[in-house]
Amino acid sequence: MPLLEIKNLHARIDDREILKGIDLVVNPGEVHAIMGPNGSGKSTLASVLAGREDYEVTDGSISFDGKDLLEMEADERAREGLFLAFQYPVELPGVSMPTFLRQSLNAVRAHRGQPELTAAEFLRTMREKAALVELKDDLARRSVNEGFSGGEKKRNEIFQMALLEPKLGVLDETDSGLDIDALRIVSEGVNKLRSPERGFVVITHYQRLLDYIVPDVVHVLVDGRIVKTGGRELALELEDKGYDWIGDPAEASAA
Amino acid sequence: MSTAETEYLSDIADQEYAYGFVTDIDAETLPPGLSEDTVRFISAKKNEPEWLLEWRLAAFRHFMKLLEAGSEAYPQWAHLRYAMPNFQDISYYSAPKQKAQYESLDEVDPKLLETFERLGIPLAEQKRLAGVAFDVVMDSVSVATTFKEELSKVGVVFCSFGEAVQEHPELVRKYLGSVIPHTDNFYAALNSAVFSDGSFVYIPAGVRCPMELSTYFRINERGTGQFERTLIIAEKGAYVSYMEGCTAPQRDENQLHAACVEIYAHEDSEVKYATVQNWYPGDENGVGGVYNFVTKRALAAGDRAKVSWTQLETGSAITWKYPSVILKGDDTVGEFYSVAFTKGKQQADTGTKMIHLGRRSSSTIISKGISGGESQNAYRGLVRIGPRAEGARNFSQCDSLLLTDRCGAHTFPYIEIQNPSGQVEHEATTSKIGEDQMFYCAQRGIPEGEAVKLIVNGFAKEVMAKLPMEFAVEAQKLLAIELEGSVG
Repeated sequence: MPLLEIKNLHARIDDREILKGIDLVVNPGEVHAIMGPNGSGKSTLASVLAGREDYEVTDGSISFDGKDLLEMEADERAREGLFLAFQYPVELPGVSMPTFLRQSLNAVRAHRGQPELTAAEFLRTMREKAALVELKDDLARRSVNEGFSGGEKKRNEIFQMALLEPKLGVLDETDSGLDIDALRIVSEGVNKLRSPERGFVVITHYQRLLDYIVPDVVHVLVDGRIVKTGGRELALELEDKGYDWIGDPAEASAA
Repeated sequence: MSTAETEYLSDIADQEYAYGFVTDIDAETLPPGLSEDTVRFISAKKNEPEWLLEWRLAAFRHFMKLLEAGSEAYPQWAHLRYAMPNFQDISYYSAPKQKAQYESLDEVDPKLLETFERLGIPLAEQKRLAGVAFDVVMDSVSVATTFKEELSKVGVVFCSFGEAVQEHPELVRKYLGSVIPHTDNFYAALNSAVFSDGSFVYIPAGVRCPMELSTYFRINERGTGQFERTLIIAEKGAYVSYMEGCTAPQRDENQLHAACVEIYAHEDSEVKYATVQNWYPGDENGVGGVYNFVTKRALAAGDRAKVSWTQLETGSAITWKYPSVILKGDDTVGEFYSVAFTKGKQQADTGTKMIHLGRRSSSTIISKGISGGESQNAYRGLVRIGPRAEGARNFSQCDSLLLTDRCGAHTFPYIEIQNPSGQVEHEATTSKIGEDQMFYCAQRGIPEGEAVKLIVNGFAKEVMAKLPMEFAVEAQKLLAIELEGSVG
């Protein structure tokens, strides 16, 4: 059974149609990269998957681990094991990291029928996972994303993914704004989380990230449609030739 | 805001007042009405000396003058909409029949204890928590005071106001009205005429009060106004931390609450005053809630005296309250930390006054307003730097958080500077609980109701952290109850 199966997905915001018929199948253990020029609908796809209410799905279906994803609220999707690493992580002033993460983790664990972690167990787990992306120990004293540098915010997302152990990780331009060291740390964190059960959808504008997180499949999204699908080499080709090389999206999809 | 969020927030508004019940203890209640006889009755009931009766009568005459002047004299500047109370419809005295003072909990009426159990603040728990002494005010007369002996060892007086009148008349006479004269404002005049009971605290020179002092106030008699009078005196170099918490039972008619709290801080003394206020806010139409008109003021009389007010305001249909500090001495410090949470049809106009008279006096104001439902939440604050207040400083920060698009948040800062060396900073923000923040929490599996609580608690944290440890637990519980809807 596929982990994620998207069929003919159409979505719009206000009156503007952004996704114009997406088909995508992600099997357990696979890493799919979605590349495309700005405005092609990459982040919209991530938002629709995570259940952001600004977007209206007008057609199509999404099945996640055999369940109808579109029937679920955003928080249910998260508890079911869909994790979105935000392109712009949100600050929660005054909300301490441990308070937030413990509530999050316990909500997810309760959904899986696991017992709540005690404070001590939680802190141990938190420290262990934070080390994965080299986040410092003073994490416990900080508010969620408040005063975090751009790189710290992205590492914080991967750290949370490690903590929640989702079935599917959706990374929305996690590489944007990262210097080369941060990119390496974040990518290594993601790679450590790869497993035969877990799938990833990695959304990126640049192929650079894919040097570190090597995808199984690369899709090119242009104007709300996947116009080309290939292996790792497709990303390299795109880097050489640019998105123009894909050609007119209408023609491409007709082809 | 999404439909689900709107529903959640209206659920909160629909939530019944969790502490709404009436304790059935026999009470002696004066019929409604206000006259010179009422004042004489109260004073006689309390076996007061002649000078105090005269003090009350002077206030009464002043109040009647204000009342006769009609709406002209009635304070109308606040951002509040309500009908002026009919002062002849109110009963001005109510006392439980049991008058005995208790040293041990065993002697206390089990129904009273049960009341506290239901409030979630069992006395036993309170005793356990770091040795908190408490003086329970049920309606107008104190019915239990403990830890008195331990306090008296170091010379600290902590008792009901009525008791203080009997046992320390010289102190009461010296300080009563010294910070809030009866002419101060409309409700201070009323309180001065008919005040029923309250707390009295005296900390001798150089004494650090060995425990947090705590009083639970509670309106418990139908149709009875509550006119608390509290007086706290800190002698030279003394220190005290005082906590006051309120809950009130559900009822149909409006209850008028007009308290006065006076704090007199001598040289090098420090007084911390913390309040958790949770009077009944009225039903979903705003009917039946408590009208809370409070005058709280501290005089930092001596040099280097320090006074801080910390408050969590969640209750009342109407809140009108400006805990203030007159920074008279040089190098005095005044602080005001406030979280005001309103929902449903609640209206709050609250803030502070920092009056800088002394040189290098400094004040800090941190106000966090949280508005839900169709409530109106106003911060009103005055910072005055007098001509002699060389080098005085103030920092004010007023943040408002809106939970719905039907509520209102307002900020009315007044700044008067009469000395060019004064420094005043004012920061204000207003934000709506962010959809981005809600979505972020949802994406981490946190249900909406929990997410609202997290975000609001985060917003209020800076102030909540200022509450005494023993109180913080209860305060957080209160805020959580207030935020809780039928979700979860």
